[in-house]
Amino acid sequence: MSELSYTEPKPKTIAGAREDWELVIGMEVHAQVKSTAKLFSGASTTFGAEPNTNVALVDAAMPGMLPVINEFCVEQAVRTGLGLKAGINLFSQFDRKNYFYPDLPQGYQISQLYHPIVGEGEVIVDMEPGVARRVRIERIHLEQDAGKSIHDMDPTMSFVDLNRTGVALMEIVSRPDIRGPEEAAEYVRKLRQILRYLDTCDGNMQEGSLRADVNVSVCRPGAYETYRETGDFGHLGTRCEIKNMNSMRFIQQAIDFEARRQIAILEDGGKIDQETRLYDPTRGETRSMRSKEEAHDYRYFPDPDLLPLTIQQSWVDRIRASLPELPDQKKARFVQDYGMTEYDASVLTAETANATFFEQVATGRDGKTAANWVINELFGRLNKEGHGIADSPVSAAQLGTIIDLIARGDISGKIAKDLFEILWTEGGNPAQIVEDRGMKQVTDTGAIEAAVDDVLAANPDKAAQAREKPSMAGWFVGQVMKATGGKANPKAVNEIIRAKLGI
Amino acid sequence: MTAPRGLTIAQARDALRKGAFTARELAETYVAAAEEGARLNAFIAHTSEQALKQADAADARLKAGDAPAMCGIPLGIKDLFATEGVQTQAASNILAGFRPPYESTVTRKLWDAGAVMLGKLNMDEFAMGSSNETSAYGPAINPWRRKDAPDTNLTPGGSSGGSAAAVAGDLCLAATGTDTGGSIRQPAAFTGITGVKPTYGRCSRWGIVAFASSLDQAGPMTRDVRDAAIMLGAMAGHDPMDSTSADLAVPDFEAALTGDIRGRKIGIPREYRVEGMPAEIETLWAEGRAMLADAGAEIVDISLPHTRYALPAYYVIAPAEASSNLARYDGVRYGHRAKIRQGEGITEMYERTRAEGFGDEVKRRIMIGAYVLSAGYYDAYYKKAQKVRTLIKRDFEQVYADGVDAILTPATPSAAFGIGEMADADPIRMYLNDVFTVTVNLSGLPGIAVPTGLSSQGLPLGLQLIGRPWEEADLLNTAYALEKRADFAHHAEKWW
Repeated sequence: MSELSYTEPKPKTIAGAREDWELVIGMEVHAQVKSTAKLFSGASTTFGAEPNTNVALVDAAMPGMLPVINEFCVEQAVRTGLGLKAGINLFSQFDRKNYFYPDLPQGYQISQLYHPIVGEGEVIVDMEPGVARRVRIERIHLEQDAGKSIHDMDPTMSFVDLNRTGVALMEIVSRPDIRGPEEAAEYVRKLRQILRYLDTCDGNMQEGSLRADVNVSVCRPGAYETYRETGDFGHLGTRCEIKNMNSMRFIQQAIDFEARRQIAILEDGGKIDQETRLYDPTRGETRSMRSKEEAHDYRYFPDPDLLPLTIQQSWVDRIRASLPELPDQKKARFVQDYGMTEYDASVLTAETANATFFEQVATGRDGKTAANWVINELFGRLNKEGHGIADSPVSAAQLGTIIDLIARGDISGKIAKDLFEILWTEGGNPAQIVEDRGMKQVTDTGAIEAAVDDVLAANPDKAAQAREKPSMAGWFVGQVMKATGGKANPKAVNEIIRAKLGI
Repeated sequence: MTAPRGLTIAQARDALRKGAFTARELAETYVAAAEEGARLNAFIAHTSEQALKQADAADARLKAGDAPAMCGIPLGIKDLFATEGVQTQAASNILAGFRPPYESTVTRKLWDAGAVMLGKLNMDEFAMGSSNETSAYGPAINPWRRKDAPDTNLTPGGSSGGSAAAVAGDLCLAATGTDTGGSIRQPAAFTGITGVKPTYGRCSRWGIVAFASSLDQAGPMTRDVRDAAIMLGAMAGHDPMDSTSADLAVPDFEAALTGDIRGRKIGIPREYRVEGMPAEIETLWAEGRAMLADAGAEIVDISLPHTRYALPAYYVIAPAEASSNLARYDGVRYGHRAKIRQGEGITEMYERTRAEGFGDEVKRRIMIGAYVLSAGYYDAYYKKAQKVRTLIKRDFEQVYADGVDAILTPATPSAAFGIGEMADADPIRMYLNDVFTVTVNLSGLPGIAVPTGLSSQGLPLGLQLIGRPWEEADLLNTAYALEKRADFAHHAEKWW
């Protein structure tokens, strides 16, 4: 299925005291690989376990212990690469990044500096219907996560929890193609959506499954385009890296603050120091963590405990063949097959489970009606109650039956909403409920005629007025509907009243 | 009844199977021998109780007729091997009190084969040294002595110095060693025993304290070639826990010992004739050539042109890997942790722990390693050294492609030297001990040191044979032919 066409958005411009500035943003997203075991050990990756219970000997860097690659994590990285339309490197290699820290037992992190498993790909970041930014992916590599140092449990001691030590991460590195805070947040959102579709990362930002380092620089309008033409980073401003962001909102705030900070310095005649900064959400500002001069010398070199990772093209092809339909394709298909708006398609494809639910409802039915019901009634109600689709009290089959009952003329749209409410709170078989509770629409013209006659007879004055002023007929329709408990077919009621009044 | 000393593994195996003595009796003999050998400082921990327990289990297997070749054989284990519940410190203070909750694959295989552990053996700290003098326990002493200085303590070599001294002093039947740049072959040559460095990947490195991961290999240190063949068979084999371990079948090495090497092509590399090499080493080498020729081998002169770059490349690569491998000894989780003062933090804890825990040679190599990997020097040192390594490997590949089956070289540039003799020398003089052996580690090839003669001072001298990758069986057979002709029947006179 082809994808929808789009135009690129304008970059965000910030007006400084003297001139306009544009933002240039690149991101390194650390996504925890969805896997039951760690990258180089069989220890569990379950979140929230008792401290230091998910630790294998190699995770604790006991003397003589050796890493053994978890093939499933490699498969997940390849799957992710394919989902981002990236090149897969059949040869990759693990390197050691050396530094001392108590939550890094080996004294080095095993990562992939020189030969990453995944090469260049892309993410289409949707901004609004028909408008999207194509962000190029430079590379994805596999690496170990570190443990956790805990400094606030004791006044004189620090503690270390190694549960997370050695958990597999994918570092997804973008090119500096993101042009504003909103785009940055949308980039993370889209990446998260794709990873969840692929089932390679649960995307849980609160639990730290997805964290971003954000590189921000500012430049004069036009400079970025020159960079894109020449590939020369010299046309861009000096960047600062904001580390370890795990909220879309904070990403936006931090970028905005950081851009304004840099603009103020530049307009003051100063220059930006390349440095690593941390965002403090309570004060809404970024603070210097370490300068370029203080940067670690990581003394990278190929890990001699691990052979180069060579994979077969046939294996990659098998993984490719097992890829699910991805958000961009699904969205395009929904627009084309169901005739819905791009906006509705975006809402329905946000999560695979939502899209699957919708398609169960829509199969064999009118797509637009199904989309309306799923988005407005069901999602509206789920959001209000804070539920996800997985715990929806109304099933796809039930919702489908409601739509069928409307289509057959058995119930009116209004009754359908009552029925939805009954299903939400009580459950049950929708058709049966309509039958048992007498909710069926009255289409028997004889019964309607009788009701109309009664109403007309009871209101002779109004009937006379209505003959003079046909717009009054609506009042009678309302009365008849009330008298029939809402079950009369409103269209039939309207026709009969008009006939009887001779209008 | 008591079991005799001085037997080889093969002799003990046959006697045990025949019931000439029991494994328990043999263990008792060697528990006593190991304890009596204290002046050699070879054993740094005795596991006598465990030895007797293992011996009883071996007797049960012998009785049941299910006794592999190593069943009931008392061994010494280099302190670099993790032994479950038994101190494992790599002869370093930084691992003070460390008792691993796991057993290395190689020792596990030996115990599974019925072998008996007498204790842990001295070594250079973290296997860094050629004289056993860097050990936190002080040096092991060579059982051999010079004719003209019978009271001078000599080094057994290193880093597997304790292993060599224990086997040469008959404190155990055989010992495990590890070889990163010559640490099995040099001490074997210094003590008149046989030592094998197998092809890289033949023995699992799992559970062996790492020095330089791409070079480290475990191997047997034994009285003769047959014993080496038997013991290597028990140590070798694929281990899924070591990604660099080769998934290859282990042949019956002992069965390969026919002594028939007729038509085998033996290469003599001209580059191994180093400047200042003593005449007696030159003579020993020539004698070895003649012995192999006598056995029917064809002797050819060969060239390994990049040999002279091997030692510098080795002393870049090995320290680079070591600097990273030893980063884990930080005082956080196990081993020594320095006390810190009020107001000090993690940096001071690291610095003081490592300053107190590591010896000078280890510190030197960590510093060299960190330097050659650092930004701006990586390409000039580490990367260049890796290129040299590739060239050295290619030298061997070329020679083997030309039909050479094995290469004969001296094992060491001299006989054993005195403890402390090198104390004031430039460390590079000590590094020169590895000049004939490091090429083998850099190329991942199998090598074996076999005693073939005595120096003018009555000290053992050895030759090295280097084989084709994975063809230890053929290499052992060539060594066996050499051993037979050399007929090295000398033993160190007991003085300890």
